[in-house]
Amino acid sequence: MTLLLEVDDLSVSFGDTSAVRGVSLSLAPGERVAVVGQSGSGKSTTAHAIIGLLPGSGRVTGGAIRWRGEDITHAEERRLRRLRGREVGLVPQDPMSNLNPVSKVGRQVAETLLAHGMSTRRQAWRHAVDLLGQAGIPEPARRAKQYPHEFSGGMRQRVLIAIALACRPDLLIADEPTSALDVTVQRQILDHLEALTDELGTALLLVTHDLGLAVDRTSRVVVMSEGEIVETGPVRQVLTEPRADYTKRLVAAVPSLTAAREPVADTEPVLEVVNISKEYRIRGRGGVLRAVDDVSFTVGRARTTAVVGESGSGKTTIARMVLGLVHATSGTIRLDGAELDGLRGDGLRAARMAMQPVFQDPYASLNPMWTVERVVAEPLRTLGSADRATRRARVAELLDQVAMPQSMAHRYPNELSGGQRQRVAIARALALGPRLVVCDEPVSALDVLVQDQILGLLSELQRELGLSYLFISHDLAVVAALAHEVLVMRNGAVVEHGPVAQVLSAPTEPYTRQLLDAVPGASVFDGSIVVPR
Amino acid sequence: MTTAEITATPAPLVRGRTLRRLRRNPLGVVGGVLLLIVVVAGAFAPLLAPYPPTEVHFATPFQQPATVGFALGTDDLGRDVLSRVLYGIQASLEVGLLAVLVAVVVGVPLGLLAGYWRWVDAVVSRLADLMLAFPALVLAVGLAAINGGGLANAAVALGVAQIPTMIRVVRAETLRLKESEFVLAAHTMHAGPSRILGQHILPNALSAIIVQATVIMPTAVLGEAILSFLGLGIQPPNPSLGIMLSDAQQYLFRTPWPGIFPGVALGLICLGFNLFGDALRDALDPRSGS
Repeated sequence: MTLLLEVDDLSVSFGDTSAVRGVSLSLAPGERVAVVGQSGSGKSTTAHAIIGLLPGSGRVTGGAIRWRGEDITHAEERRLRRLRGREVGLVPQDPMSNLNPVSKVGRQVAETLLAHGMSTRRQAWRHAVDLLGQAGIPEPARRAKQYPHEFSGGMRQRVLIAIALACRPDLLIADEPTSALDVTVQRQILDHLEALTDELGTALLLVTHDLGLAVDRTSRVVVMSEGEIVETGPVRQVLTEPRADYTKRLVAAVPSLTAAREPVADTEPVLEVVNISKEYRIRGRGGVLRAVDDVSFTVGRARTTAVVGESGSGKTTIARMVLGLVHATSGTIRLDGAELDGLRGDGLRAARMAMQPVFQDPYASLNPMWTVERVVAEPLRTLGSADRATRRARVAELLDQVAMPQSMAHRYPNELSGGQRQRVAIARALALGPRLVVCDEPVSALDVLVQDQILGLLSELQRELGLSYLFISHDLAVVAALAHEVLVMRNGAVVEHGPVAQVLSAPTEPYTRQLLDAVPGASVFDGSIVVPR
Repeated sequence: MTTAEITATPAPLVRGRTLRRLRRNPLGVVGGVLLLIVVVAGAFAPLLAPYPPTEVHFATPFQQPATVGFALGTDDLGRDVLSRVLYGIQASLEVGLLAVLVAVVVGVPLGLLAGYWRWVDAVVSRLADLMLAFPALVLAVGLAAINGGGLANAAVALGVAQIPTMIRVVRAETLRLKESEFVLAAHTMHAGPSRILGQHILPNALSAIIVQATVIMPTAVLGEAILSFLGLGIQPPNPSLGIMLSDAQQYLFRTPWPGIFPGVALGLICLGFNLFGDALRDALDPRSGS
């Protein structure tokens, strides 16, 4: 059997910085291979090099890329243009920005067909409608006449898949095809992609940061770190007997769906949320959107209550209402028995000292113009009464608590990695010794190894300081690691509510079941392998 | 002077990166060099100029450039063109800086308030719209005519005319920044409006303000020349590039030189600020490649 694609000792540099070193991999016709790695590991760069689409100053500095035995490493642009689309299809990462917003969806598919001479001008539209139908778009004839903004994220990704498969390529490169989508949508899209490539006999090169996804969808994985391949082999083997240290850590860091927390006795509530709702008026139409609908829960002392849901479920609105950033339309929120709504002056001050936030995006939640020391000291300045020297000592203590070296105190946020920034955000939240920390997706912007460290830090701090967490997340696996109690939300309403072990292992609602099933790699990780934590 | 103060505030690292990026932009370097020449010429005019700018030499009017003693020639009253251009540049820069100062001092706080509170926005933005309905220069001419001539009055008139654009720039930045997560975090830390505006939003809006200042500067320099040309700006015999142009047109056919040099000087000032401002905008924009 001849190999479809052969990458031999490939090196890629951007200017003087080497991005990929000595990467070799191969693909047989119809085979599915995953390239797994964290951000900056060179996995996307490798994929882009294969189809000659290196951005900016990137160029191949060594090695060879062979397509069906033909060396295309330094092929002319004309050859590459025929290769792309016709022989190799690409599904890009971001479905939001990869479609032309002013062109009808059907036309964008038809254009691809015409550009590669796969269809005549008269048949192109009908052909495009067929392709959209195959990609799983309902009512393709009607929807082909719509514009991208009328499509949801998942539907747009289906359109991109239709475009990538339009010319029946032999290889499909999918670069993080679903990382911008909700898990249930991700599952539908990948199921469909799998069925389509099976039917057409298309080989798949899946570039992803998610080891679980690789396990579910491919037969062989290539693990990359810092521009080099650290391990390669059949999925099962890499997973069960990882040889490289890096792979071992990666496998260990994949959050398990088994609840990490033992069932514990309830403690007195720190936060009580009773029947809160939030309505937004929809401008122009006179309608009302219920972003949060009659939600009640409590967070006990030294306990974690997690709110899980997909985008648009209202979970972030809940966090903002609790923090007092958004006013609830109805219902009450009590912190230590005191009602939060309408608090002013000293009462509000006390409430804010008792409750601090950690936000999702560590790049956005720290003022880029301030040093770490100043960022962490801010709540001490606004709410505390300490003098300069005391503040400085407290900052040092806080940095210790989040395992940040003191030398970092005078750095600026853009000099830190994502995980370090999130540590700074946690240190800031702890500055005043709060009883409740509201975490809004605190680890979803982080790589899996870093995510594991931050989750470890959070649970350690909970044990040491007796903190209570209101933990907002879209990721059930993350919730499993930290929560005592879970609320599952959908469209603003609570679908299921209970202790973590019960919700994760014996859900009563079909939607919860659906969410659990959609977690990539769940079956494998929870079945044959005991994930050490 | 104002610009220098402003650039000093951002983080050292940001400034270092900005400088590196500026150096890599050839047009920006050209703009920077032009600016340096112009600023040195204006700042050291008293040392560089061979004669006082108003000193007349009735014996030697209409000298050609490269005449001994008068490098750029003389005008109808025998005044040294080089000296007058140098002092003219000084006056232009003074007016430009003052105008920027007026626009920044009034426009930035109003922009911050308008971006932060809706009810202020309703008032301030309508007033800004009202002012923008008049061309900036017409506004400046009107104000200068009311207040009378003189360097300071011209600068105030030109600065006031630029306030609405500054308000718009700062308001837009404030609207963007007030939704950012670090500002939300500051709210939960009980930071009041003055703290949020002054310490969180303003430092992050500085780059936009600096860039807007480099846009206002050449506009004000040109505006001063126009006002002086019309007799509404700096009053003779004080030197101004605009007055020199106005004088020169009376005897343009006898000798064009006294009109050409101030024109070139004006062109260089504006070109310098525009090129440098463009490069600065690119260098400060975090979205452009590092």
